[in-house]
Amino acid sequence: MDTRFRTVVLLVLFFTAAFILRLFSLQVWQPEWKEKAVTLTSDRHSIPPSRGLLFDRNGALLVGSRAAHDLMVLPRMLAEMDSAAVEATAQWAGMEVEDMEAALSKAKRYSRYKKSTIRRGIGVEEHARMAATIHAFEGFSFRSRPVRNHIHGVAGHLIGEYAEASRENLSADAFYRMGDHIGRSGLERVYELELRGVKGRTSVLVDARNRVRNTAQTENDNTPAESGRNITLTLDLTLQQFAEQLMLNKKGSVVAIEPQSGEVLAMVSAPGFDPDMLVGYQRGPYYKTLVSDPDKPLFNRAIKATYRPGSIWKMVQGLVALEGGHIRPTSRFACDRNIIGCHGPHTRDDLRDAVIHSCNPYFYKVMQRVVNAGQGDSKFERAALGLDDWRDRVMAFGFGTNLGGRLPGTSTGSVPGSAYYDGIYGRRRWDFGTIYSIAIGEGELLTTPLQMANLAATLANRGWYRLPHFVHALGDEGKPSGLGMRMETGVDAAHFEPIITAMRQVVEDPSGTGRRARIDGITVCGKTGTVQDEPRKDHSVFIAFAPMENPQIALSVYVENSGFGGQWAAPIAALLIEQYLTGKVSNARKLNRILEADLTDPYPEPETENLQP
Amino acid sequence: MNRSSDIRRNIDGLTIVLFLALAGLGWVNLVSAATGPDGAVEWGLRTLHGKQGLWLMVSLLIGFLILQVEGTFFIRTAWLNYGIQLLLCGLVLVIGKKVGGARSWFGFGGFGIQPSEFAKMGASLALAWYCSKEGGLHQFGQRFRAAVIVGLPAGLILLQPDAGTVLVFLGFVFAMYREGLSGAVLIVGFAAVVMAVLTILSGAGDLTYPFVGEANGIYRFWILFVVLGAGTIALLRNATLPRYRARITVQAVISAIAALLFSVVMHLALEEVLRPHQRERIQVLFGLEVDNPDADYNIRHAKTAIGSGGWTGMGWRNGPMTGYGFVPEQETDFIFCTWSEEWGLVGSTIFLILFASFILRILFLAERQRSAFTRVYAYSLGGILFMHMLINVGMVLGLAPVIGIPLPFMSYGGSSFMAFALMVAILVRLDAERFSVLR
Repeated sequence: MDTRFRTVVLLVLFFTAAFILRLFSLQVWQPEWKEKAVTLTSDRHSIPPSRGLLFDRNGALLVGSRAAHDLMVLPRMLAEMDSAAVEATAQWAGMEVEDMEAALSKAKRYSRYKKSTIRRGIGVEEHARMAATIHAFEGFSFRSRPVRNHIHGVAGHLIGEYAEASRENLSADAFYRMGDHIGRSGLERVYELELRGVKGRTSVLVDARNRVRNTAQTENDNTPAESGRNITLTLDLTLQQFAEQLMLNKKGSVVAIEPQSGEVLAMVSAPGFDPDMLVGYQRGPYYKTLVSDPDKPLFNRAIKATYRPGSIWKMVQGLVALEGGHIRPTSRFACDRNIIGCHGPHTRDDLRDAVIHSCNPYFYKVMQRVVNAGQGDSKFERAALGLDDWRDRVMAFGFGTNLGGRLPGTSTGSVPGSAYYDGIYGRRRWDFGTIYSIAIGEGELLTTPLQMANLAATLANRGWYRLPHFVHALGDEGKPSGLGMRMETGVDAAHFEPIITAMRQVVEDPSGTGRRARIDGITVCGKTGTVQDEPRKDHSVFIAFAPMENPQIALSVYVENSGFGGQWAAPIAALLIEQYLTGKVSNARKLNRILEADLTDPYPEPETENLQP
Repeated sequence: MNRSSDIRRNIDGLTIVLFLALAGLGWVNLVSAATGPDGAVEWGLRTLHGKQGLWLMVSLLIGFLILQVEGTFFIRTAWLNYGIQLLLCGLVLVIGKKVGGARSWFGFGGFGIQPSEFAKMGASLALAWYCSKEGGLHQFGQRFRAAVIVGLPAGLILLQPDAGTVLVFLGFVFAMYREGLSGAVLIVGFAAVVMAVLTILSGAGDLTYPFVGEANGIYRFWILFVVLGAGTIALLRNATLPRYRARITVQAVISAIAALLFSVVMHLALEEVLRPHQRERIQVLFGLEVDNPDADYNIRHAKTAIGSGGWTGMGWRNGPMTGYGFVPEQETDFIFCTWSEEWGLVGSTIFLILFASFILRILFLAERQRSAFTRVYAYSLGGILFMHMLINVGMVLGLAPVIGIPLPFMSYGGSSFMAFALMVAILVRLDAERFSVLR
């Protein structure tokens, strides 16, 4: 046949083959076109699961959810906007024109085909107003998501913050998408995995104008969301509320523990904050004021603050010395006051009275025996060995540990051992004379309010404690295993009797330092502590448990820069104990004195009162 | 032997089967494109597929009537036909309805007629008449007059303006080539395409030149072209026998200068003559940066719809990309996307093979003619169909720039379908008479 015919036939065949190859490449070889089609035609979004709720130990709802609305935009659907249209849109959305312009251009840069958030956390009324006219603003839509609702606004520090996930969260866990929230601190963070639940997925077919067209076709892609697990906390709502009320206008903390279980009944750090204000659009400015506040309201003093333990420490010294066989309850030491000062009219106390009087020379001598009991050739070696033996015994009380603390940032405090002093003074360069201030709870010792409350629980239990914890039940499964492990101090129960008798006297004796913790009909056992904070006023500290037999509550109260231990901390503890054990407060005068006190000024005029620490 | 029964026996069944198959597939596909995935199919003459169905019926009826008409009628009336088409193409410029910026329609109530579609038929017949009279296109004068015959309607169509249909008239080059136009036409055409691509690519951005600074990249291309061209010509000169040397050198220099001139004109046209959106279309085709994010909207969505089809497609009336309006003009210029998304690679390949088979069958019919008229006419028809496929399918596949012309048998449009039906019917009738006449 004609070669020209052949040329034309070959041309037709060549282009047909080329087209088929191209089709193969688009339809089979390159998967991105198919993915692109799915992205365009299906509006896929995840259904946020409802986050687990938090209840108090009696089943009262502490943290629930409410709906918050975000304004979204799909840039592909936006009409061409002149400045008047932008202005109208901004007005409708309740935003500044510049903010609207910035948000829109950011959304366009991000993706023309994916929705971006224009404004977060729109309240109920405003959402209703905007929704009524949203049809006039093509390309805009709402996304609603549940946010935390702190019903009583209590325990902000402990419950923690539930806030937008950071860039690091997004890259660390594929669960989180831009704009998702995550437990940032406190229990919200510790139990994030239990609380967050499982996201559901839904997918509908949409047309080029982003209208939903067909749901049946993609129904098998849809999975419902699974709610997070509810958590019953160990907190007692009434006690927590009352403690927060008492701590208003004060700096400090309250930690209350149920001694038998180690469950934390109340945990307050003052000043606090309103957790509901950290949700939604008002978060930014509120957070700023919290951060810049010199009293550090975001700082959870109950677990993070460390103080020198002061006089309260003398009870630990007594117990350690009794168990080590260095003294007996009847051992008496002269209150000679030549190395270390003392207060009050006493001369030669036994252990019980020494605790009551907070006799410094007594415990100086006790510590001397404890430290120098170490076996060794020189006083340096003896001191090192003796100190480390003492340190082991003290740490068995939970000091120097975080008490199994699961809350992020829980401090361990500090119990110095030989390694610590070797580091400062050098090996064989120190002996008891160097370190004696730890004998009376001063010097390098540091403890947290939680550890002090735990000490109260240990005293109440006469020798053991359970690791303090905050979760009573997870979902309907009861307490998660590993919480509330029983710990032994290694101190015989019998050794506790003189100490506890002394604690009873501190409260019950009309001249006792803790007499303001006295409550008719309740056998409160307590001990005051006064922690110097020169040049400001002392911290007022009190630990207590009650009743003396079969104790139900043990607690520590810290009131910073307010005075002696008996002055503020003791009455606050008493009010809490009475409220918890009887459900009411009998002494309104005592209550009002606390409620009316404003102790936030660190430099108040000195008060004169006939009370000794 | 009865002459009319003889003719009936010689009617080429395969051509008609292929034609009906393409028309049937096209209409089924149009139903899907016009109704979308949701709900039951609506019928009636208000719907696109209803109207097209009516056009199909009428066209088939007219085609059937044409089969009854003696072939000599078309030969004798070739010039008359051509004249009428020219007249209509002229008239539409004056009284035509303006749709989408172009004056290319006569409106009759709900229906419209596009004279440019029928002009292809007139030009085919006239070209066939002229070539058969001249016995080929071997001299310059013959070629020139043939080009004028094709160029006149094309020129009128360009005034509408409808650049796509004008491009389709390039299909006549195949017929002219078959009748004696030098093969150099194809080589020159190929060289022109290469030159055009290089011009577009190098002219798209700025470069930093020594001593001059920032300037358009096209200058480097031209400098390179001159340097390399001079070197090539020098080599060529050494490699040729002395007696051809002068002639070949002159031809090479003239070709090179012509190519350079072409590039310069092309570059100027791109920069100065084309409107921004047209320049964008070309830049999008070559994957060049375009400021307007919507410039490649059509083609990106077309490719996405096709890619969405996969091996076997989403099924009839089930393609979400096309069905939910993501692909523009999907009843007309982008109709192939609907077919591709719903029937996949398998269906698309079947359609392309059917279409190519139809073209090849027409070329085969052309070659078995003793009549030069029928041969030229068939080549014209085959060439036009081929150009339609090349431009339209090439466009939706992202291989050619976005040029709006219909895909025969698939795109909605009565005039287009009817014109092809008439042309095919005339060819089948002429072919059926291949033994009985000697022309």
